[in-house]
Amino acid sequence: MADPMRIRAQASGDKATVRVLMSHEMESGQRKDAAGKLVPAWFIQEVSATLNGKPVMSAEWGPSVSKNPFLQFTVKGAKAGDKLAVTWKDTKGESRTDEATVS
Amino acid sequence: MQTRRETLKQSALVAGMLAAAGFPQFANAAYNKAAFDAKTLQDVVKALGGSTVAESKDVTITGPDIAENGAVVPLSVATSLSGVKQMLVLVEKNPAAMVAMFNMTDSIEASFATRAKMGQSSDVYAVAIMADGKALFAKKEVKVTLGGCGG
Repeated sequence: MADPMRIRAQASGDKATVRVLMSHEMESGQRKDAAGKLVPAWFIQEVSATLNGKPVMSAEWGPSVSKNPFLQFTVKGAKAGDKLAVTWKDTKGESRTDEATVS
Repeated sequence: MQTRRETLKQSALVAGMLAAAGFPQFANAAYNKAAFDAKTLQDVVKALGGSTVAESKDVTITGPDIAENGAVVPLSVATSLSGVKQMLVLVEKNPAAMVAMFNMTDSIEASFATRAKMGQSSDVYAVAIMADGKALFAKKEVKVTLGGCGG
C-alpha cells in the first residue's frame, strides 16, 4: 500500500491554497532496468479533490509527472475547518484517499 | 401496462443516450488516452475536441530558465480568463507531450503547479481550453542540463 499523501490546505481570505505531495514511483515506461529490459509504466492517472464531500477538482496525468508528485491548486470559498480530501488512482488500479482540514 | 420486453428496450435506450451524451465531468472517468499519446500541441488540442490554437498573453507559464535536474522541473500554469474548461501542461519534446490535464470547476481558480519530468531542453506550454473550444497557450523554453527520462 502506498504511503499517505501530505496535504496542506491554508485559507487566506475566501480562498484556500492546497498543496499535495503524493508518494508514488511514477514509472514512465521509457526507462530500462540494469538488465536492459523496459520497466513497465506505472503512474498516477487520475487525481481528484473534494471539499466537504463536494468535488472541486479533477485531473488526468501522464507519465511525465515527476516521481513523488507535487500538486498545488486554489479552492474558492474554502474556510478554516473545511475538510479537503484528495484521491489518486494509478495505472495498476490502486488508489488512495487522504483528508486534511483547511487551516 | 408495459411488458417486460418494452421496459428492457427503454432502459437500454436510456443507457445508450446517457453514454452518447457523456456524463458530467466528474462521472466521466474515462482516461483520455489519445490526448496523452499525442506528440504535438495541435494533436493534443484536437484530441480534446478543441478547435483553433492561438498564443495568448492571458495565459501564463512559470518555470525555471535552466533546470539542473530534468526529473523534477517545477512548472505552474495560470490564466486570468473566465470560461476555461481545462488547463493543460505540455512539454514539447517529451515522448508524450502532455504532462497533465486539469478539469476546471467553478470552485477552483485556473492556477495549478506541479512538477514534470523533462528528457531534454524543450519548450513547455500552458494551454487553456476554453468552453467554446478555443485553445490559448503560453510557452517558455526550459533548458535541461541533466535529463529526467533516461534514468
